[in-house]
Amino acid sequence: MKNIRETTFKSLTYVSALFTIIFLFGIIGSLFLEGLPLIKLVTFKTFILNPSWHPTSYPADFGILSLIAGSLIVTMGALILAIPLGIGSAIYISEIAGNKTREIIKPIIELLAGIPSVVYGLFGMAFLSPFLIRVFGIPTGLNACSASIILGIMVVPIISSMSEDALSTVPRQLREASLALGATRWETIMRVVLPAAKSGVIGSVVLGFGRAIGETMVVIMVAGGAAQIPTSIFQPVRPMTAAVAAEMGETVFGSPHFHALYAIAIVLFIITFATNLITEVVFFRKGDLK
Amino acid sequence: MKKTISLLLLALLSGCAPHIERIDIAGSTTVLPIVQAEAEEYMNAHPAAAISVRGGGSQVGITSIINGTIDIGIASRPVTSVEKTLAAEKGVKLIQATIAHDAVSVVVHKNNPVNNLSLAQLQSIFAGKLTNWMQVGGPDMAIAVISRDVSSGSFEVFSDVVLDSVRVVNSAMRLPSNNAVVSAISYTPGAIGYVGLGYLNSYLNALSIDDSMPSVSSVQDASYPLARPLFMITLASCSPATREFIDFVLSASGQQIVARQGYVPREEMQQ
Repeated sequence: MKNIRETTFKSLTYVSALFTIIFLFGIIGSLFLEGLPLIKLVTFKTFILNPSWHPTSYPADFGILSLIAGSLIVTMGALILAIPLGIGSAIYISEIAGNKTREIIKPIIELLAGIPSVVYGLFGMAFLSPFLIRVFGIPTGLNACSASIILGIMVVPIISSMSEDALSTVPRQLREASLALGATRWETIMRVVLPAAKSGVIGSVVLGFGRAIGETMVVIMVAGGAAQIPTSIFQPVRPMTAAVAAEMGETVFGSPHFHALYAIAIVLFIITFATNLITEVVFFRKGDLK
Repeated sequence: MKKTISLLLLALLSGCAPHIERIDIAGSTTVLPIVQAEAEEYMNAHPAAAISVRGGGSQVGITSIINGTIDIGIASRPVTSVEKTLAAEKGVKLIQATIAHDAVSVVVHKNNPVNNLSLAQLQSIFAGKLTNWMQVGGPDMAIAVISRDVSSGSFEVFSDVVLDSVRVVNSAMRLPSNNAVVSAISYTPGAIGYVGLGYLNSYLNALSIDDSMPSVSSVQDASYPLARPLFMITLASCSPATREFIDFVLSASGQQIVARQGYVPREEMQQ
């Protein structure tokens, strides 16, 4: 009897695991099935390197360099804001704050992660963008800068809570040994605790990167949607996710534009897949200190 | 009990092949809201009718009707001579009915003192050749060009009438909906964009184009350059059900639906 229950349980979990893999490969398969036909019209090189995205003009231009640039600039901007804030708050919560403060601050930061992205988008449109126009005197508040700020705020709780988990798993003895050797608290955190939690902290940044580059609603609402390679952070951009989401609704099934949007999704998928793979291979293999 | 069963059987037998009249419609997304509302109303009155309405764009509507894959094509532009030739080659004759009219209104921030632009100025602004309001008689302020996503029907007419074959400058913002344009312009002092007639409000200034204001009346007397008719296109050999539906759209009650959707009914047009 016990044996049967064991086997049933085992096969149930096995099937669940199998399903996730089936879904993953199903999604990858459909992406490539619908995206690859574009090769017949545009070479891979033009698709990636041509900055002109005019999918419905005559003749149409399917170049996504400006869309890639848009995605990268808002993502980098978000990380520049979110990494110091996220890791900083993680260090404070894990290493410096007393028990009481920690119990107040931690859930508040995690609350940020629970706000729906459309609410962030509204905030960006209604408050941040008019504010930027007033402060900097720029022609439009819907630009790479405001999208970066909003995405940065969204990514902070991811980096913060994951880094904080990593920091708190560093053994107490390491800190005590460091302090006993005469290191200050700052030296202990920077030279002992952070390096020991390295893989977890880097993992949190990679996850934050994935969240920022894949976020769609906020960039549709706040980034401005201009398909150009920005020369300043105050110019509107059109990240890849925004182009796919905004244009997919009305494109004709099976048209070149339709395939081009799937091809953008492939590029997006490859970028996040490669980032995950690189972190997995480079950082997690090499001597995990935990 | 027996009675119920026999009644049920009777109902099944007599009603087993109710004559369902399928009408497939596809095409312009600008006309889509009108036709959806018309179809709902029509199906309420005619339970036997089953109308399906899809978007795809005017091009798709016209091509599909020529290919005979749908019953009615909807379009925000007339059938071109190329398409007429194509239809003739296929041996079909197209009928085109104007079902409503629409105007695309050019709007700026409410504090912008500019209140008129010529079509040529508008083209230069959207092509990126004019970049400061000073160049069109306004204050020294950079112009923030706001266009719509390429899937937009308003973008279609705007690019036809204003841009001709010129492309929208790459730095133009492309927003996903009429509402997004309205809110972006209300927050952005230097912005210019375009929305449908029904979206004008007190946060926006509608510009006159070549001294003609966008309004129901300027659409009616054809003085507004960005006005355009909306069409239903079908085959001369269409089914009676299809013809009946088009007649309903053109009838007084059908035209009331057009007005309710914020468009200009056809009978109010001065010929």
